[in-house]
Amino acid sequence: MSEMALEVKDLSKTFDRPAVNNLSFSVNPGEFYALLGPNGAGKTTSLRMVAGLLQADGGSIHVFGEDAMHNQVGVKQMMAWVPDEPMIYDRLTPLEYLEFVAGLWGVPTEVAKQNAIELLDWLALEPHAHERCEGFSKGMRQKVALAGALVHDPRLIILDEPLTGLDAGSARLVKDVLLARVKQGCSVIMTTHILEVAERMAERIGVISKGRLIAEGTLNALRVQAGQENTTLEEIFLGLVEDDNELVDAA
Amino acid sequence: MSFANPTVGSISWFAKHEFNLSWRDFVRMMSAGKPGRERAILGFILFAVVVIHGLAYLVLSPAIKSGLVVDKALFAAITGSLLLTVSLMMSQAMELVTRVFYSRSDLDLILSSPVSARRIFIVRIGAIAVATAALSLLIFGSAINILAIFDDVRWLAAYPVIIACGALSTAISLGLTILMFETIGAKRTRLVSQIIAAVVGAGFIIGIQLAAIASLGSISRFEFLTSNVVVDSVPDLQSWIWIPARAVMGDLSALFLAVAGSFAILGTTMLLFAQSFGERVIVAAGISQTHSEVKASVATFNNKSHGAVLRNKEWKLLLRDHWLVSQTLMQILYLIPPAFMLWQGFGNAGALAVVAIPVLVMAAGQLAGGLAWLAISGEDAPQLVQTAPVANGAVIRAKVEAVLGAIAIVVSPILLLIAYFDLKSAAIAAIGISVATVSATMIQLWFRSQAKRSNFRRRQTSSKVATLAEAFSSILWAGTTGLIAAGVWILAPITVLLALGTLWIARSFRPQQEN
Repeated sequence: MSEMALEVKDLSKTFDRPAVNNLSFSVNPGEFYALLGPNGAGKTTSLRMVAGLLQADGGSIHVFGEDAMHNQVGVKQMMAWVPDEPMIYDRLTPLEYLEFVAGLWGVPTEVAKQNAIELLDWLALEPHAHERCEGFSKGMRQKVALAGALVHDPRLIILDEPLTGLDAGSARLVKDVLLARVKQGCSVIMTTHILEVAERMAERIGVISKGRLIAEGTLNALRVQAGQENTTLEEIFLGLVEDDNELVDAA
Repeated sequence: MSFANPTVGSISWFAKHEFNLSWRDFVRMMSAGKPGRERAILGFILFAVVVIHGLAYLVLSPAIKSGLVVDKALFAAITGSLLLTVSLMMSQAMELVTRVFYSRSDLDLILSSPVSARRIFIVRIGAIAVATAALSLLIFGSAINILAIFDDVRWLAAYPVIIACGALSTAISLGLTILMFETIGAKRTRLVSQIIAAVVGAGFIIGIQLAAIASLGSISRFEFLTSNVVVDSVPDLQSWIWIPARAVMGDLSALFLAVAGSFAILGTTMLLFAQSFGERVIVAAGISQTHSEVKASVATFNNKSHGAVLRNKEWKLLLRDHWLVSQTLMQILYLIPPAFMLWQGFGNAGALAVVAIPVLVMAAGQLAGGLAWLAISGEDAPQLVQTAPVANGAVIRAKVEAVLGAIAIVVSPILLLIAYFDLKSAAIAAIGISVATVSATMIQLWFRSQAKRSNFRRRQTSSKVATLAEAFSSILWAGTTGLIAAGVWILAPITVLLALGTLWIARSFRPQQEN
């Protein structure tokens, strides 16, 4: 059996209350996985632990077979993290930003240059390549951040609400770039509140509520699990979350 | 709504709104955002008031005991001090005016509302005048009180004179900024006004110090202002140029003239510019939407080490931070008098080093603290750096190296100048600078917290312990270096122990770092 792109087992994190509670799921190589859940379900906390931004209280995370708890640097080399708020420097130009990110990931000069040019062109940032990011719109900033995530050719891309605040054109570009990467064999795990995006893009969907995985599978599998054939993901999602709330309340 | 409240949208309504916001900002700054500290704050303020009055008494009591004679020397000292105050106030007012122009804050809300923009800007210009005067009142209040208690109550007239200076400084700063806006445009005004603010703030004191060094061989501005060089060249006591000095000393007609004149100028400025202020703010808002092209900088994608990549990024961001550049320029400007003193005192480097070296060490420590905060805490893309395949230690090391490198570039020319005169003093200064720089950087490391670079100006509010420790550490290392440079080895261990004690206390108070 080939190794998983991402394998999360019994992951736990408690702040003042359990945020992530024995969460287990996996992402296959070359798979687009959407992680859905209501506000406060633990999606971002889970992904931040995977990205190495937060220490887990318990459980394990493996990325392409590497233990993320023990070989953080090695695992980070294979991953890219894209949060909802673009993490860029106002006083750098997109090209300088990509140079910086490529330097951090140790990408060879020629590859970095080639990747940067391609990405700037692909994300329609080429005309702004030498302008400082300080006056960029949210959409442009997010595209710069995405270019940074892709410039080092990650094997696993982790995205937390990457489409928040983007206009239709920018959102379309981001989605196209992600799908193209998946076609090339890259694995993607993404949280989103836009269920149509998950419905159209994700091969498998995980639904979490109160820090636990309450359903997982393809859209059809989720329909079967929810007993609601020929229905939208939105209805399935709302049904699953409501059932879970009732179960928890009853318990 | 109560009838006692001012009419919505009126000047008094805006003033009340501004006062509420300012008061909450002040309380938050003093309490570092932690409620229930009011008594501790009050206790600290009372303690500080007693201490600064004690210091003022120590400084002024010899002059009071020997009897203050109203002569040209006294008038020159008062007028010089007022000019110094006005230059510092102008610097502060220009900084505040620029901030109103360029920081959006609540302006989008106010300008999009149907109330008169003129009223809010009248209030904001007034608030700048109040803030500008308040700082000087805090600084000079203790001296005024001591003079009023132990010499003559007429000295209390200095209070309205300082308030008038605040009004005049605000009016001049506003006029200058608007003039720049009209002549060089909104985009350049931001940088140029910050540089002018730095130069104006430092310029007068540096000018006086340079004149004092050139004529008397002393860096003391009071010694210079009361010296025969000045006294012989200024007009008689009846001249109009002494109106501000006479006002400070309680001459009622001079006081009326100074206060009424300043407020008339401020009022005219408000009436002239308040309306167009809003229009210029809108223009200034537009520049944040414009894109600054970087033609000279070409991304090479050269495969450097992680450390080099991080250091380059830090240096690039530091150089592109206009406000920081202007502040650094101001600190460098303050080094001019000691450097000039070195130049003048060729052959007497031992005595001169006592003045020049501590100033250099102190400036390096303070600069290092600011740069370290920017590099370590002021990271705009923390998650990017944290998710990069670089060990945390390597990231911190590279950032510290970036700070040390920047300090080395700034202080090297002055160290070379000292080395030209006296190699031993240069070596002592270099060691002092290194220790002060490393200490300030360590304090910033211990108290690191995630913040936006744009919060640099408010960094002191996050930790009072770090701010005080940074200041005390720089002062103590400066003192230690000065003592060693002067050959007073016997006292140096005391200041070293105090500096190490400061660092130990700071380290004990460091917050637990979160993952």
